[in-house]
Amino acid sequence: MNTNRDLIIIGGGPAGLAAAYGAFQEGLRDILIIERDDTLGGILNQCIHNGFGLHRFNEELTGPEYANRYEEMVKSTSVEIMSNTMAINLTDDKEVTVISSEGGLQVLKAKAIILAMGCRERPRGAISTPGDRCAGIFTAGAAQKYCNIDGYLVGKRIVILGSGDIGLIMARRMTLEGAKVLADVELCPYSNGLARNIAQCLDDYDIPLYPSYTVTDIVSDKDHQRIQKVVISKVDEHKKPIPGTEISFDCDTLLLSVGLIPENELSGKAGIELDCRTRGPIVFDNLETDKEGVFACGNVLQVHDLVDNVSAEGERAGHNAAKYIQNGEPISKIVKVCPGPGIGYVCPQFIRVDTMEDSVNVFFRVNLPENNVTLVLSGNDGKLASVKKIRVAPSEMESLKIKKEYLNNCSEITVSLEENHND
Amino acid sequence: MHYDVIVIGSGITGSSVAMELSKYHLKVAVLEKENDVAMKTTKANSGIVHAGYDPKPGTLMARLNVEGAKQIHALAPLMNFHFKEIGSLVIGSTPEEHETINKLYSRGLENKVEGIKILKTSNEVHKIEPNLNPDIDFALYAPSCGVVSPWEMALAFSYTARINGVDFFFDSGVTDIVSVDNGYQIMAGGKAYECEYVINCAGLYADKIYQLALKDKKDESFEIIPCKGEYYLLDKDQGSILNHVIFQTPTKLGKGVLVSPTVHGNLIVGPNADYDEDKDDTSTKSEALSLIRQASLKTTSKVSFGSNIRNFSGVRSYIKDYEDFLIAESPILPHFINFAGIKSPGISCGPAFGTEAIKILSGKGLKLDKKPDFKYYRLPSYFKEMSVIEKQDAIAKDKRFGQVICRCETVTEGEILDAIHAPIPARTIDGIKRRTNAGMGRCQGGFCGPKIFKILMEELNLNYDEVYQDTTGSNIVVGKTKEAK
Repeated sequence: MNTNRDLIIIGGGPAGLAAAYGAFQEGLRDILIIERDDTLGGILNQCIHNGFGLHRFNEELTGPEYANRYEEMVKSTSVEIMSNTMAINLTDDKEVTVISSEGGLQVLKAKAIILAMGCRERPRGAISTPGDRCAGIFTAGAAQKYCNIDGYLVGKRIVILGSGDIGLIMARRMTLEGAKVLADVELCPYSNGLARNIAQCLDDYDIPLYPSYTVTDIVSDKDHQRIQKVVISKVDEHKKPIPGTEISFDCDTLLLSVGLIPENELSGKAGIELDCRTRGPIVFDNLETDKEGVFACGNVLQVHDLVDNVSAEGERAGHNAAKYIQNGEPISKIVKVCPGPGIGYVCPQFIRVDTMEDSVNVFFRVNLPENNVTLVLSGNDGKLASVKKIRVAPSEMESLKIKKEYLNNCSEITVSLEENHND
Repeated sequence: MHYDVIVIGSGITGSSVAMELSKYHLKVAVLEKENDVAMKTTKANSGIVHAGYDPKPGTLMARLNVEGAKQIHALAPLMNFHFKEIGSLVIGSTPEEHETINKLYSRGLENKVEGIKILKTSNEVHKIEPNLNPDIDFALYAPSCGVVSPWEMALAFSYTARINGVDFFFDSGVTDIVSVDNGYQIMAGGKAYECEYVINCAGLYADKIYQLALKDKKDESFEIIPCKGEYYLLDKDQGSILNHVIFQTPTKLGKGVLVSPTVHGNLIVGPNADYDEDKDDTSTKSEALSLIRQASLKTTSKVSFGSNIRNFSGVRSYIKDYEDFLIAESPILPHFINFAGIKSPGISCGPAFGTEAIKILSGKGLKLDKKPDFKYYRLPSYFKEMSVIEKQDAIAKDKRFGQVICRCETVTEGEILDAIHAPIPARTIDGIKRRTNAGMGRCQGGFCGPKIFKILMEELNLNYDEVYQDTTGSNIVVGKTKEAK
């Protein structure tokens, strides 16, 4: 097997598949995807509900169907796929060490790399949920895998902590399997999932949401050490539990949907600088990291709400990696993009003005849900553009268009949120 | 079944005793209540091999700590268990703390701890530990202190005992002990065992086991007081904040919390001390956790608790009104030897418990003939720690070493199968975790859990409801889909 490649894409989920397709479209032919699983499509394979593809394909698909579309698109090209193969090391000079049962250990070298490793769920420890050490506590995604891929039910009486999208989807899924979902408990005063998922997964099934509550105790069955009770408490404005507000649920399972973290172990090995806000690589407008020729896209870069957006970002990374291989590293004046008041993060963090497209979308999330606000782009000399929004929420990723012309006299550009004053 | 010696319990104490006994021509059995070794105190503690300056000179604790730590240094490379001699600091900043540290130093000299010295200035301290708080200007440095994976060490000892002929019986909680001619009859897990000598290594339940044998003389027993300690275990991105095990200066109020890199490169912060009445309570409490977090700020403010991946608690076993380890033959029951009150520095003593048991047994006249063919069991190396050539060889020999199952810790299918077929086989998800580190990483088994569940079912021919997280009965799944109602 040829160990010197033009483009190596690490990860064959939605981001990696779209990146491969994008690079091929741009004229690149020598493209290799490294996939740790035996199938392409990543986490989409266990997302058997529909709602994928409305933006990308103008129709509602299930996860596996959406993955299949891209798989077919990629398979009609010269893109090569190494499945059941794990990348265990990456260097800043673009050497990837991979292992597999069939190929053993190999060191591959590429002209460009695209990171598309996705993300993982935060475990119980990440939020230090107190209580007994016991079985029956799962991240929502792990429960989804047991249910949808392996055909096992993790429990029959279920409490869910966190109202992220996977948690909401699993509330519905477990209900459809005949389990009783007793409560979805959310630390914030608002849900952290998409509005449509709250409606379709909780409201439609009469599953109560407990906003401003958290799990304050987990009690196990002493003989078997499987969870048998969860205690929740209301929290104050500092998210501290309020004594006397406890509610107990007899249950056999606790599902956690308490956030996703980009999976950047390999990026770390290559010394790629990460953003402490996104926990993904810091990138330029062409999705290139601080290591020349190494690009990032999808949930390894920033956790997305919609797979359609992952695909779009993946395709862009593919285009740009191909352009890099064809034309070399862009040389340009650099403008920094910063999150201002009310904004949690921005991506990309830097723009190369001379080589940018006519405009670049900057993606970001707000810190808190708010009504009637204006999203504002400002440069060194004040406001450049603004968009009014009726409602924003941390659970919905926002974007603003940065036009090239804005940046002529700028060294820094800031995204911020302003309240609208009703006249 | 008749044995020369029966060991009750397979934590670090029982494992060590069993290993040492397996060096002699003796028929030995280990009776364990749980389904694996190292299931209680041994699996939930700081994992520190103390240098030995802490225990009062002249105590068993002092002697066994120094002896045991020396043996761990020698055994780790031989048996291939993870051990890193990273050294420790006891830190201080006030005159009172300086005084206590000076006292610990003198104790260390008396206990014959090698290499200890006092760092007398802030510069000296911060030169080797730059992330400590700036006000810290005094420290006791003990270069021989190390970190170890306590359950792995216990497994290595038990494996060695097993391959040298010791019988292990799991899910075999002792329910009765009766004196018979020439020894004892023990009922465990519904079966009867007979032996000449009993070695009680039952940890938190050592008092209950002794009382079973004492019958109407229960008053002669000691009482075990449980003391819970809680911890934070942080992601590897925090593991390099410190280079040494950092202890705070002990005060009348307590020992303070330690902050230390673990042997696997994580960071551990804890424990507190909570004299709870429940020996089996391994829950964590938010008040305790926030106190630990607060207390750690005295050492360093650099720990980012957002990178926490797990909280856990372990329970120490203290003997009421007795400070030292209680290791001796019962004054009432001949040939009944208690190893009780094994708390910190129990892990550090590790192998010395075994040699101590031999000393006692030979004093009682047990005939001890060394086996010429005794062998230490050498643990297989972690795949991720192999050289490139070793990795290539491993996959060439067995393709399953090319399949990564735990992506956070890079644990391969080959290693998981090795664990399932080890001298003491892993039969649960956590059993595999203790042997391979699968599930110990950032995602805490979210990705590899379902895969290991499947491997266990296939390899051991188990039904889905026979795969446990850890203790027997701790089911992972409750049914197949479409069967909830």
